[in-house]
Amino acid sequence: MTDLTLSAVHAKRREIAHTVSPGLWTLAWRRLRRDRVAMVSLAIVAAFLLLMVLSALNLVAGDWAREVGINYAPPSFLEPDAAPATPGATSTPNQQSVVPEAAVPTAATPGSAFNSTVVDPIGDVLAELKGEPPAAAGAEAAAASTIVDPLADVMKEIEAARNPPPGVEGKSVDPLADVMKEIQSGKGGAPTAAVEAKRATLPFGADKWGRDVIAKTIKGSETSIFVGLAAALVATLIGTVLGALAGYYGGAVDDALNWFYNVFSSIPYLLLILAVAAVLQQKGTMTIVLILGLTGWTGAFRLIRAEYMKHKGREYVQAADAIGASNTRRMFRHIFPNVSHVVLVQMSILVVAFIKSEVILSFLGFGVPVDVVSWGSMLNEAQNELILGKWWQLAAAGGAMAVLVTAFSLFTDALRDALDPKLRGAEG
Amino acid sequence: MTTPIQLSDPLVSVRDLRVTFRIDKYSSFEAVKGISFDIPRNSTVALVGESGSGKSVTALAILGLLPPENSIIDARSQILYSGRNLAQLSGRDLRSVRGADISMIFQEPMTSLNPVFTVGFQIEEVLRLHMGMSHARARARALELLAEVGIPDPPRRIDMFPSQLSGGQQQRVMIAMAIACEPKLLIADEPTTALDVTIQKQILDLIAALQKKHQMSVLFITHDLAVVGEIADHVIVMRHGEIREHGPARQVFEDPQDPYTRALLQCRPQLDRRPARLPVIEDFMSGDALLAIPERSRGVVAGDVPVLQVRNLGKSFFAREGIFGKREFKAVKDVSFDLPKGKTLGLVGESGSGKTTVGLTLMRLHQATTGEALFEGRDILGMSNKEFIPYKRRIQIIFQNPYASLNPRFIVGQILTEPMEIHGIGNSAQDRTDMAFELLDKVGLPEVSFYKYPHEFSGGQRQRIAIARSLTLKPEILICDESVSALDVSVQAQVLNLLQDLQTEFGLSYIFISHDLAVVKYISDQVMVMNEGEIVEIANSDEIYRNPREPYTQRLLASIPRGWHGGDRGSSPTSG
Repeated sequence: MTDLTLSAVHAKRREIAHTVSPGLWTLAWRRLRRDRVAMVSLAIVAAFLLLMVLSALNLVAGDWAREVGINYAPPSFLEPDAAPATPGATSTPNQQSVVPEAAVPTAATPGSAFNSTVVDPIGDVLAELKGEPPAAAGAEAAAASTIVDPLADVMKEIEAARNPPPGVEGKSVDPLADVMKEIQSGKGGAPTAAVEAKRATLPFGADKWGRDVIAKTIKGSETSIFVGLAAALVATLIGTVLGALAGYYGGAVDDALNWFYNVFSSIPYLLLILAVAAVLQQKGTMTIVLILGLTGWTGAFRLIRAEYMKHKGREYVQAADAIGASNTRRMFRHIFPNVSHVVLVQMSILVVAFIKSEVILSFLGFGVPVDVVSWGSMLNEAQNELILGKWWQLAAAGGAMAVLVTAFSLFTDALRDALDPKLRGAEG
Repeated sequence: MTTPIQLSDPLVSVRDLRVTFRIDKYSSFEAVKGISFDIPRNSTVALVGESGSGKSVTALAILGLLPPENSIIDARSQILYSGRNLAQLSGRDLRSVRGADISMIFQEPMTSLNPVFTVGFQIEEVLRLHMGMSHARARARALELLAEVGIPDPPRRIDMFPSQLSGGQQQRVMIAMAIACEPKLLIADEPTTALDVTIQKQILDLIAALQKKHQMSVLFITHDLAVVGEIADHVIVMRHGEIREHGPARQVFEDPQDPYTRALLQCRPQLDRRPARLPVIEDFMSGDALLAIPERSRGVVAGDVPVLQVRNLGKSFFAREGIFGKREFKAVKDVSFDLPKGKTLGLVGESGSGKTTVGLTLMRLHQATTGEALFEGRDILGMSNKEFIPYKRRIQIIFQNPYASLNPRFIVGQILTEPMEIHGIGNSAQDRTDMAFELLDKVGLPEVSFYKYPHEFSGGQRQRIAIARSLTLKPEILICDESVSALDVSVQAQVLNLLQDLQTEFGLSYIFISHDLAVVKYISDQVMVMNEGEIVEIANSDEIYRNPREPYTQRLLASIPRGWHGGDRGSSPTSG
């Protein structure tokens, strides 16, 4: 054959090559695209992933730690016309329990009404005891009251705290206020931050330090989703490799791995997590990934092992043996693509499970360190805030998690349907 | 030819039956395209067709067993049974007809019987439901039925679970259940396809006897015309959802009008002839088949050089019993034979005879327990895995099921180039691709196939791919393990022709394993009959069919369905 005809042949083949048939993944994707629920949930998951990436690149919510609002600033939709906060009430966390009535939002919701009574339960009693407004108290009156009221000194201190003289700005109460401010301005980056007036309301409220809950939730999603994805990857990897070895070789290898698996799964799950956490000794996102990854592979192991046991007896694997394919080749080039959909579905189930696990771990305090925010740590904080009626942090973290987990689960279901081998059998 | 047989008062008349399957929201597939036929009283009607002909769909439509979620029976379709249109009947009314008046036996007795109930319970259930019998009466009747269908020792077998019975006995139990209520119509959907040839004969005889005894009608569905020749009164030939031909059996077999019927009769290998190549359906449809095809002679002669010598091959399987005990099962016992170069050795036997084990052991897919196989003077069974690798490419295998033996996630190109990659054949990827294209051409597949996945091909095409894959290694010995058994007769003919062409071109030696004696006889020079792991008889193929020495071989040959008895094709040497 001359070069010319050869190249003509190749050109023709290149032409045919464009008609290469859709593989399993293309077909599955086509099926998936017809599924409306799948596409909506995929869009939601994709949006979360995008947010996560943007936040990891510090493009979004990079300044989540800045205290942009007053502490516990309510969501703005609750209080569209709230009066600007009195400056004195905003600066330090220590003051939180002594917020003046004026700074507390007008009792627009039952929550805030409840709030004011809780914050200062003895306020009314005190007012009765004194019998007159503290603002009118003169020196004589003070002297007189000494007789009447043995608690006057204490009262005065409290008074001073409640109505500090202008300019003092709570310094008298909080000796660390200056340090705090320095820290804040350092964190906030912009020198104007400290000067900038704190906002009374934020789109979805603020936490106890006045940090924007939305920014915090976004930053929290970064941690939670990363932990979910990375841990699922680790767990599926371990589960798949061990499962493939056990299922393919069988015999002694299977016995040994099964023994290992049984020992692992006989330890209560939470206890195992705590044990690994104790061994690793340090808190951090990667630690959680390792904890979850090292403890969560068992489900994938059993499933993949069963798949390999089923497939190793199939004729196409025998045929691969007949053409001389090695064990590794049969295991990973021939069988693996045929079980990969199981691996994928298993992995996305694990992602959901691990996002929840991370939240539980952080909630219990075994999770991410204090300087990192995750949905779990937000829920942990919300635990105390809820008593004060500050529900927005809980709502934000819980809502975001619920939406993501639901969307991811629905997507996983749709994915499993799209990859279902039974549907493929109907075509053949 | 579309006018139905008009008979006075048929049992069932099907008129303009159309069945459509919804594939998805946008497309559907018409499986049965307006067929009409009658089932007369007290007679056997055979519905014959290859896969995709709509024969089973027709049977399911009569019984109202089509899945309602994706199948639609056209509103104008009529299935008239004693004045009622079964196609329009509601589920409740249909159930009272089904089982009592019309009953069915399926292809796979193993999966049609519930494994967790005894066979007695399952027969009694039918009797109690449809006949309202008491427990004791149902049991007595079940015993009668088991005796009637020829199950030995019914009082013992009635309390057995299906798994404790053989395949033939399971099918007998299915038949007992089907005739329990004395139905007027028995639908048998490929009832013997999964069975060995000797068992098939017994079941066919049983169905024929029961039909006469109970004066019922039988609708017998099969892909194999030869099977129905012995029992059918009327034959209906279907293709692609349409009736190609129907008429009395004698007429269809002796004077087929439709070219497709003629093709079906001709492309199945026959015991008394060996054309150089088998006619295929296309020949008949285009009218080329009228040319006489020269005969080919086959047989091993004294001067043939053996390429593979198998000596005292044995293979045992061990089942664990108790804690320490092992139970030995000898699948192959002391088998010795020579495979002559460029010839075909046929390996015939019923299921459990060890014929497939012989093939797999020679490929070292099973480890041999005893014996040796000499290939160029070296024992390939005794050598280490590493030593065996160069020999591996010289002995290749084609499996039974082309649906299972190709990796569904590889495109055909990958399937074909991979073996060459492993064994380092060809200098570059481009070389291997060129070779793959060449082989595709050789096995008669278009170039586009290279880029397609196995599921896009039909069974016959897939088997071609499997053949091409084994040819990539340029083997000297090809083991065909039931390689054409899963294919339709017309496709089977094409693949057999291809195998013979390749043998002529490359001088391949075949070990051809099959349960189908006619196919083995056709393609083999020498035939080895196996039973229970042992060689019964080994001789040249013409010789063994003309003059079987062993009683087992004689029994096997006598069981082969021979089509229409009245015709001259039935007068083969052994039947006389």
